[in-house]
Amino acid sequence: MDIFLQQLINGLVLGSVYALIALGYTMVYGILELINFAHGEVVMIGAMVTLAVVNMLMASGVDIPGIMIVATGLLVAIAVCMALGFAIERIAYRPLRKAPRLAPLITAIGVSIVLQNVAMIIWGRQYISFPPILPMTRHDIGGAGITDLQIFIFVLALVLMAGLVLLVKKTRIGRAMRATAQAPEIAGLMGVNVNAVISFTFILGSALAAVAGLMVSAYYGIAHYYMGFLLGLKAFTAAVLGGIGNIAGAMLGGLLLGVIESMAAGYIGDITGGFLGSHYQDVFAFFVLIGVLVFRPSGLLGERVAERA
Amino acid sequence: MPSNWQRLKSDRRAAHVAFVALGLLLAAAPFLVGASLGNGWVRILDFVLLYIMLALGLNIVVGYAGLLDLGYVAFYAVGAYLYALLASPHFGLHLPVWLILPLGALVAGLFGMMLGAPTLRLRGDYLAIVTLGFGEIIRIFLNNLNAPVNITNGPQGISMIDPLGAGGISLSQSFELFGMQVPGIYAIYYLFLALALLIVFISLRLQDSRIGRAWVAIREDEVAAEAMGINTRNIKLLAFAMGASFGGISGGLFAGFQGFVSPESFNLMESIMILCMVVLGGMGHIPGVILGAILLTVLPEALRYIGPLQEALFGRVVVDPADLRMLIFGLALIVVMIFRPAGLWPSKTRRREFSSEAEVPEQEALYDAKR
Repeated sequence: MDIFLQQLINGLVLGSVYALIALGYTMVYGILELINFAHGEVVMIGAMVTLAVVNMLMASGVDIPGIMIVATGLLVAIAVCMALGFAIERIAYRPLRKAPRLAPLITAIGVSIVLQNVAMIIWGRQYISFPPILPMTRHDIGGAGITDLQIFIFVLALVLMAGLVLLVKKTRIGRAMRATAQAPEIAGLMGVNVNAVISFTFILGSALAAVAGLMVSAYYGIAHYYMGFLLGLKAFTAAVLGGIGNIAGAMLGGLLLGVIESMAAGYIGDITGGFLGSHYQDVFAFFVLIGVLVFRPSGLLGERVAERA
Repeated sequence: MPSNWQRLKSDRRAAHVAFVALGLLLAAAPFLVGASLGNGWVRILDFVLLYIMLALGLNIVVGYAGLLDLGYVAFYAVGAYLYALLASPHFGLHLPVWLILPLGALVAGLFGMMLGAPTLRLRGDYLAIVTLGFGEIIRIFLNNLNAPVNITNGPQGISMIDPLGAGGISLSQSFELFGMQVPGIYAIYYLFLALALLIVFISLRLQDSRIGRAWVAIREDEVAAEAMGINTRNIKLLAFAMGASFGGISGGLFAGFQGFVSPESFNLMESIMILCMVVLGGMGHIPGVILGAILLTVLPEALRYIGPLQEALFGRVVVDPADLRMLIFGLALIVVMIFRPAGLWPSKTRRREFSSEAEVPEQEALYDAKR
């Protein structure tokens, strides 16, 4: 089997999920200059809700195809996550908009802890496995394998990203988002309802997070109350890699990070003569991050921002 | 309260009385706590002191110099593992404590410089995320450096670490005092108290020193600070090194106290917890930071009583208290920050900045000097 091609495929699929999550970080950062630390937990909630609905439908014995079951679960999860995103902004961030920058960071951490523990109380500490109801046929491309699920994840992620770009570039609300990101006060003077735009941004990001949650849990076959943390961290890395606040950057950063990670995991053993194994996979994300920030602090596609005090 | 405060500041005799009372309270604290709440709480008291040291170390970086560091626990880990490697059967080394602790401070300080040097151009959130990455890298290496050469013993961690003590006397063993057996945690308390007071003292002196004022100047406006002739790069590096060395000492104490270290103790949550202590208490304000450390160490422990409380209220345990504990903790973080964004006990100047920020802008618009 061709390792290079295989790792490239795995990396692209994983990267497209990172990209979806990274979009949530980058949109919020672009508008509020705030790291929404709780975003990873929204992904986790999305995965957990999807799984809960799927398992419930399976147990009830309704005779519908697996894809429909998963789609139902996903729709419920999207609704829940949208409400959650709206609530998080309203409760934890809006009261602190004028506070020093560290204050909303602490509330974000608080929200993370709360969501994790709520999930733990509802769904328990154990790993929840994803029932095998999705088609998993393997196709062979040039010596490497790709499953239906992987194709589905990759295509859906691309479609969603394209949709998002259209939304931001072509619609009225998208224009309002861009205006708010550039200058919130002026946008307000021009008749943009800034608060509504910010709420909308959170809701949009959370909907994407719900989809990403489904993808991750289906891809790895498990979900866990603690899964949001590392995922969020990597997605944030992806956002920074591409240039935070930049939507195209988040997509590029996500895909790149996915590929770098799986390439490194595939080859590190050979390169270091077995000294470092693939369990160092998680380290690469951070080395990449530090490397990017040191040599190109504004990210790959980011513009040099004027320094703010 | 404020009037009492002022009296303490103006009246020297009242200040002396208060000082002596505080000293007596600190000296008697473990026995009071031990007698009323049991020896388990004396152990928690030891941890309170340990976290005060950590929080004051991070306070230098975050509170004084305004550099948001989310990977502070890495230095704690460096100190702890250094102690573990140099004083345990793992390598068969048993160096004395008084040698290891300063060495831990030095090595952690070097790590601080290593982290600081490439990242000093960054600010704000970018710096936060790089330091976070650094913390995770250290943890992952600790977790995986057991093959092919076993250095850290991987996820199992290192156990049977030599206890704190000197000259063949171990502080962790119980000793006899006036015919009573006193557990080692009491002796540890006094050691930690002495070191915590030393660190408070250093923090206080630093705050008013040339370096301390340079840090604050950088925090407030880096460009202006540089224009005033401050070598911002070196001063920021110094903040990193200084904060890290406090973390290194605390790490060594932790290893000697626990007798066991594993990578799990040094995860990101720990960094976040220490940061919360600093921010929740009141950044850059030593009493505030101490208050934050006390509250955030005691609160999760006190919340363990939710189990019995539920039984008393509902007749049975409705939700597993261990789960509920962190939930309430998270809620507390949110509520406190919303109602007191400057922290529970901010310094006077910061409190003034906060009230003026909310009220003054309307007046300022009358004569806008920027145009």
